[in-house]
Amino acid sequence: MTTNLSVDEKKDVYGVIGKNPLRHDGTDKVTGRAQYGADIRLPGMLYGAIFRSPHAHARILSIDTSKAEAYPGVRAVVTAKDLPDVESKIAELGEGTINLRHQSNNVLARDKVLYFGHAIAGVAAINAHIAEEAAALIKVEYEVLQPVLEVRKAMQHDSPILLDDMRTDELGKKGDYPSNIAAHYQAQVGDVEKGFQDAAVIVEREFFTSMVHQGYIEPQNATAQHNPDGQITIWCSTQGAFGVREQVAEILQIPISKIRVIPMEIGGGFGGKIGVYLEPVVVLLSRKSGHRPVKMTMSRSDVLAATGPTSGSYVKVKMGADANGMIAAAQAMLAYEAGAYPGSPVGAGMGVIFAPYRIENALIDGYDVLVNKPRTAAYRAPGGTNAAFACESVIDELSEKLGMDPIDFRLLNGAKEGDRRVDGPVYERIGFLETLEAAKNSPHYRAPLGGSNCGRGVASGFWFNYGGKSSASASVNSDGTVSLLTGSVDIGGTRTSIAMQLAEGLGIPAESIRPVVADTDSVGYTEGTYGSRTTFATGWAVYEVGKQLKEKLLERAATIWETELDQIRFEHGIFLFDDKQMTFAELASRLDETGGPVVASAAVRPEQFGPTFAAHIVDVAVDPETGKVQILRYTAIQDAGKAIYPDYVESQMQGGVAQGVGWALNEEYLYDDQGRLINSSLLDYRMPVALDLPMIDTIIIEVSNPGHPYGVRGVGEVPIVPPPAALANAIYRATGVRMNRLPMNPARIVAELNQQKG
Amino acid sequence: MNKKIRVQATINGEEFEFLCEPRQSLLEVLRETLGLTGAKEGCNNGNCGACNVILDGALVNSCLVLAVEIDGCNVTTIEGIATPQGLHPLQQKFIAHAALQCGFCTPGFIVASKALLDQIPNPSENEVREWLAGNLCRCTGYDRIVRAVMDAAQSQEKTL
Repeated sequence: MTTNLSVDEKKDVYGVIGKNPLRHDGTDKVTGRAQYGADIRLPGMLYGAIFRSPHAHARILSIDTSKAEAYPGVRAVVTAKDLPDVESKIAELGEGTINLRHQSNNVLARDKVLYFGHAIAGVAAINAHIAEEAAALIKVEYEVLQPVLEVRKAMQHDSPILLDDMRTDELGKKGDYPSNIAAHYQAQVGDVEKGFQDAAVIVEREFFTSMVHQGYIEPQNATAQHNPDGQITIWCSTQGAFGVREQVAEILQIPISKIRVIPMEIGGGFGGKIGVYLEPVVVLLSRKSGHRPVKMTMSRSDVLAATGPTSGSYVKVKMGADANGMIAAAQAMLAYEAGAYPGSPVGAGMGVIFAPYRIENALIDGYDVLVNKPRTAAYRAPGGTNAAFACESVIDELSEKLGMDPIDFRLLNGAKEGDRRVDGPVYERIGFLETLEAAKNSPHYRAPLGGSNCGRGVASGFWFNYGGKSSASASVNSDGTVSLLTGSVDIGGTRTSIAMQLAEGLGIPAESIRPVVADTDSVGYTEGTYGSRTTFATGWAVYEVGKQLKEKLLERAATIWETELDQIRFEHGIFLFDDKQMTFAELASRLDETGGPVVASAAVRPEQFGPTFAAHIVDVAVDPETGKVQILRYTAIQDAGKAIYPDYVESQMQGGVAQGVGWALNEEYLYDDQGRLINSSLLDYRMPVALDLPMIDTIIIEVSNPGHPYGVRGVGEVPIVPPPAALANAIYRATGVRMNRLPMNPARIVAELNQQKG
Repeated sequence: MNKKIRVQATINGEEFEFLCEPRQSLLEVLRETLGLTGAKEGCNNGNCGACNVILDGALVNSCLVLAVEIDGCNVTTIEGIATPQGLHPLQQKFIAHAALQCGFCTPGFIVASKALLDQIPNPSENEVREWLAGNLCRCTGYDRIVRAVMDAAQSQEKTL
C-alpha cells in the first residue's frame, strides 16, 4: 500500500511529473536483451582472472609468474610492477575521497597485502578456465604478519600497523608515530558538560556493528581494448563512467583523453561500484597481450572478499533530557573500520548521528581506523545506518524513561528550518516534523498491536543528499520526439525520472523522450549515480535543456508565422499565435524549412540539494524459543521533496528497508582469527529473500526543496538509515531486551533472552 | 585441454547443436557459446537464481547444470518467454508494477515465476514468496515483484 501526502501547493499543476509512465528500458530488461557488462563479446576477446592473497596481512617478498606465463593458452600476466608509481593524491570519488596511491595498491598489491583476497596479479587467457588455472600457478613468498581485525584493538598503541607511513590526522595536525588511526575528527556545539548537569534523565550505551556488503547481484566486471595507438576503450559496470575514466587515468598515468569509458547496464551498485578494481588490470592485460580485448568478471566470493563492504563500527552515545523531555546534551564517539586504506564514512556518521534533533550542547568524536579487511566503499547513506542504530536506540530508551510516546519525543525535539546541525550547517526548509506527523497519523501507528511476543518500534533517519556536476544534451526529431543524452548511469529507473523532467518542460509525454545513457566521449562531464543525486541534478540539467529547446522552437514558430517572438505563447506542448496553433510534433516536422536541426545542451552543479528525513514503523514477533524475528508489518515514511516518478520513489524506499532489515537481522562479515573471510557466498552471507519480508508500506511526504526547479530531494539513501534501530526498538518492546549489536540474529537474541532470565 | 563433446538440445523451441567441454555449465554455454546472455551469473553456485532456466519443465539454476546434461532436453530461457505476438503477461506486469530497478535479477525472477504459474496458476502471496525464495533481488524488497506475479496470474486466468 502506498500513500502520497503533499504539502506542496503545486501538486496538480504538472502534466508528466508525479505520474507513472512505463520505464523506457523496461522491455529490454524483462526480455533479457539489456546488455550488462559481462554480456559483452568482442572478436578475439581474452578472459581474465585475478590471483588473490590467502593472507590478511603479509609482506610480499617475491612473486613468480613464470609458470602462469608458460601455461598453454595464457596471453599475458601482470603484477604491480606493470603499474606506474603513483604519488599520494586525494581524489573526490563522490560519497567519499580516496588517495590514488592507496587506490593503485588496492588494484594490485605492491609490497604488502592488507586483507584476505587482496589482488596481486592478473592473467589473460583464451578462456576463463585457463585463466583461473594459470592464476593458481603464481607463486608468492610472504612474510605473514599478525592481522588486526577489530576497530578498537586496531586503535591501541601496541597494535600491529597496516601502513608504516600512516600518521594520525589529529584534528588537522599530523601525529609523529605510526598508527592505524588515519584521522580523528571532532564536531561540537555549546557546553556538553553543563548540558548533562541540567539533564533529568541520561542514557549512555555502546553499539557494535560488523562489516556488511552492498550485495548487488551483478558481480564487478570490466572489458578493455588497448589499441596500438594508445587509445583505450573500457566497457564496465559502474555507477559513473567519468569517475572510472579519472581513476584509470591516474592509476595508469594516462591522459583522460586517451580513455573512453562505455557504461554498460549495471546490476546494482549501492555505492560499491564507484571505485575501480578490475578496470586498470584489464587495460594492462590488453596492452600486454598484443592489444586484444580482455574481459574479466569477478566471482561472488571475490566480490564479497575484496570489494565493497561498509564499515563495522563501535559507537558510544550518551544523551540527556530534562524533565520536560527536551534534549539537554548529546555526546558520541564513533570509531569506524576503514578497511585496508583510510576513508571510512565516519565523517558522514558524525553528521547523521544527531541530525534529526535540535541540540544545543553536543560533542562528537569520530575515528577513521585501518583494519585488515577490504577497503570499505560507499554503501547507501554511507556511515548513516551505524550512527542511527546507536542514536535512535538511545532516543527510544530516553522517551521510555520519560514516559513519552517515541514519536512525540521526536516531535518535541525534531529539527526544523533555522536549526543548526551539530556539525555546523543550518537547515533550510526540511520536512522532518511533517514526516513524524505522518508517521503518528498513519494507519499502521494507529492500529493496535496484538499477540504475545510482539513489539512495535520506531526510528528516524537523516541523509545529506548531494548535488554535483551533471550534463545533458538533446535534439528534436522530426517526428516530434526528443533524443536525450545524459551521463547518468541508470540503476533504478532514472532514465525515466530524468526524461520526465524534460517532457514536463516541453509539454510532451514522457514516452516522446528517448533517453540514452552516453559514454564519456558523447556527453558532458557527469558525476556518478550516487549521493541520491541523479534525479535531482541530472533532472536539473535536462530542465535547463528543455528551456533552451523551448526558446529555439519559439523562434522557429515565429519564423513560420512571420511574427515577433513575444507574440507566441507555449502552453502544454502547443504553440499559439492569434487563432493559429501548432503542436510540438507539428513544429518538429517543420525544422528543415526553418533553419535545420534544433539541439541544446546544459551543464549544472546545483549546491542546494535539500537533505531528507525518514521515519519508519515496524511490528515484529520474536519467537522466544528460537530467537527468530518475524516482521509483521513495516511502514516507511519519507520526505521526497517532489516525487517525480512515484512508483520508483516508493521502490527506493522499499529497497532501502529490505537492505536495512538484512543488516539488522542477518548480514555480517565473519572472519576467522587469521582474518580469512569464512562466509563469502550468498548462502552464508544471508541477504533477505521474498519469504523474509512482508509487503512494505510507504508514505511519501512532499516538502518541496526550494533549491530545485521541481522541488526534488534525493530519495535513494535515507531509507536504509532507520531500519536497524526501528527493529531493535521493536525487539525491545517484544522481549524487554535492548540489542546493541548487529546483526540481531536468532543466536544473539536467544543469548540475550537467556541472560535476562538469569 | 578437455576434449569437447557434441550436444543437441531444443532451446526456446529451436534445435541447437553445440560443442562443449565436460566442465562447462549450462549457464556458461548459453552465455558464451550460444550468445543467450539473458540468463545472468550472480553467484555461480546456485544461491541467487539469476541464471534460472526451465529444463524439461523443471526450474533449475543453469549454473548448477552441466551443459552436457542437456543433450536431448528442452530448455526455456528468458529469451523464450515472450511470443512473436508480444510480451508474456509476467513481463508486462513486471514493467507495469515497477517490479525491477537495476533489472539484473529480473530474467531469473520472470523465468522462475513462469515455472510457478505453469504449476500453480493462481498462487497465494505466501506461495509466491516461498517459490521465489531461491531468487535474490537486492533493489526492490520484493513487494512489487510479488504483486506483479499475482497480477500476471490473475490476468492469465482471465484469458484462459
